[in-house]
Amino acid sequence: MTINRRDLLAASAGLVAATGLSALGTRPAFAQAEPTYTPEAGASLRLLRWAPFVQGDEDAWLANTKKFTEATGVEVRVDKESWEDIRPKAAVAANVGSGPDMVLCWFDDAHQYPDKLVDLTELGNYLGGKYGGWYDGLKGYATRDDKFIAMPLAAIGNAICYRDSHMKAAGFSEFPKDTAGFLELCKALKAKGTPAGFPHGKAVGDGNNYAHWLLWSHGGMMVDESSKVVINSPETIAAINYAKALYETFIPGTESWLDINNNRAFLAGQVSLTANGVSLYYAAKKDPALAELTADLRTTNFPVGPVGKSVELCQTTSAIVFSHTKYPEAAKAYLKFMYEAEQMNAWIGGSSAYCCQALKAFASNPVWTADPLHAPYARASETLRPNGYAGPLGYASAGTMADYVLVDMFAAAVTGQMTPEEAAEQAEKRANRYYSV
Amino acid sequence: MSTTSIMKRRSFAGLLQNNTALGVMFMLPAGVFLLCFLTYPLGLGVWLGFTDTRIGRDGVFIGLENYRLLFDDSVFWLSVFNTILYTSVASVLKFGLGLWLALILNEKLPLKSFFRAIVLLPWVVPTVLSALAFWWIFDSQFSILSWSLIQLGLIDQPINFLGDSNNARASVIAANVWRGIPFVAISLLAGLQTISPSLQEAASLDGATSWQRFRYVTLPMLTPIIAVVMTFSVLFTFTDFQLIYVLTKGGPVNATHLMATLSFQRGIPGGQLGEGAAIAVAMIPFLLASILFSFFGLQRRKWQQGGSE
Repeated sequence: MTINRRDLLAASAGLVAATGLSALGTRPAFAQAEPTYTPEAGASLRLLRWAPFVQGDEDAWLANTKKFTEATGVEVRVDKESWEDIRPKAAVAANVGSGPDMVLCWFDDAHQYPDKLVDLTELGNYLGGKYGGWYDGLKGYATRDDKFIAMPLAAIGNAICYRDSHMKAAGFSEFPKDTAGFLELCKALKAKGTPAGFPHGKAVGDGNNYAHWLLWSHGGMMVDESSKVVINSPETIAAINYAKALYETFIPGTESWLDINNNRAFLAGQVSLTANGVSLYYAAKKDPALAELTADLRTTNFPVGPVGKSVELCQTTSAIVFSHTKYPEAAKAYLKFMYEAEQMNAWIGGSSAYCCQALKAFASNPVWTADPLHAPYARASETLRPNGYAGPLGYASAGTMADYVLVDMFAAAVTGQMTPEEAAEQAEKRANRYYSV
Repeated sequence: MSTTSIMKRRSFAGLLQNNTALGVMFMLPAGVFLLCFLTYPLGLGVWLGFTDTRIGRDGVFIGLENYRLLFDDSVFWLSVFNTILYTSVASVLKFGLGLWLALILNEKLPLKSFFRAIVLLPWVVPTVLSALAFWWIFDSQFSILSWSLIQLGLIDQPINFLGDSNNARASVIAANVWRGIPFVAISLLAGLQTISPSLQEAASLDGATSWQRFRYVTLPMLTPIIAVVMTFSVLFTFTDFQLIYVLTKGGPVNATHLMATLSFQRGIPGGQLGEGAAIAVAMIPFLLASILFSFFGLQRRKWQQGGSE
């Protein structure tokens, strides 16, 4: 099949019309001039992505890719790697200048090698204009000096999962909305012998999510806008003291928890409240022996702290195109195709509430209302704050998180190894190792 | 045929007759192999330690800056302490228990070969698998050990194996010892079998007790093997990575972070290749010291011949 721009346009226009985009809240009136990308003759692409957490995600992604190949004749090979291996592999590809043409990377990866990436500003502005704008947090991960160095793709939602009957037994008819009420709930749950549990161990995902929520909800932050480390602050001490009080109500042993432990403990009925991605709900739903637990399972957003609004970390993923690719136009055409409403809606739907949209228009995707338990996960993109808030993204922010500076700060204090003041001071020292260089 | 070509053939044949030249030629492939796969990566690692290379970006030479930063880093010093503690305690335990096991297996037991095969099992199982098994054994909620003790009425609540700093250290050491014993035991057993029974008989005829026979016959004969086995054992333990990474990732609060795991954490997920390499290079002096100790310390002739020096 020869590649024909008109074919592609006609195909996408047809698809857009067929799905009834207006129903999904797109506002073409705001749309920028639609860019057109004509794949180079004989183009083929290689995409490296993280191994999916839910099968529907991969199925939808591959089905969309196949449609792109049918429409344009450009073959796209999709390779999977375990999510923790993406960061080093993408970095090596950027450094060596060969390997995959595109990567679905994590967090601030794009900011580690911005000069090795194809500029996607035109596409980013077009998609943002067409689909109600990007969420700020996700956009922050993908832009540098107002230029798109990556295409924000999704946030992996995180929400509190709890047992409704245990909460009611503890004397709460409604889930508390603020941190003070949340502490009371955890105390009551502990008194009833159905405690809560959040990881204080080296859990890459859950541990960082919890630690950042503790810090940010109390108004603390790692660095200010000028990258000055300001972790050693009264707000941080307040957050640590709050964490200590919460930790008292936890099931013993959470300081050794890695990513999977909270899921296991919750599914075994050992803890009645924790935070996790939607995968926990699906794990319960899949097991017939857990029907009772599934019926009792509820999800909600993290309570709001003194800072007055919901703030969370959440894992985020973006698509990047390396400048070493031989077919940048084909890569842009591919991304444009994948982000257009029909494909994006199919993918978000297929991911069963695991991946939260980067473009506001997709908030009306039926997946968020298909199950009341999905609702809290729909807010991930809205409430998330980039890692290393309020400073810029880059080596320092990535290094500080990879070194578990924040996770360790809370763990050292809650276990009593250090006073809150000592823990904050040590975190300041450790963060400075990255930020002062 | 011209004279020069004859000369050439002669000199080539002469080369083949020359033992030194022949030796060099035979060693060349191995030398190239070592150079490519051992010296080069090692040299590169040392070089990276002197640069600020990050994943995705070439670094520039910054001298000892990485080491100066590490010198002021409490987590690094904690990992050094952990590594030394982990290596020394685990090696002593592995040696003691391994030697004991080897002595038992060297006796006349029923089903001797069966037991010898069984002993090797922990060594045969891939580390990651045994680490996963230990992860369950040490789980804070589902530990079989805690469960059994609770059932027996000895404790009220699960033991916090990997959550408490000291418990966590003891737990990872226990897992490492379990895994390392077979190597020590089987190697020492091989050593024991090379000791001629006639020496033992002669000693018994002279009226030596079994302790004296062990101390003055078995042990001196075994020292060369012990030196080699323990050198390897210390090296394996010092550079251990998988067990820790699966069990704790260095937690709780870095109480079980070894230099190897810290090097990885900073180098790969953290992207600071230069600093990761510097931590790895910082392990070399310790490794060299342990090698020198075992070769010059344990292999002294006098000590092998039963002297007290």
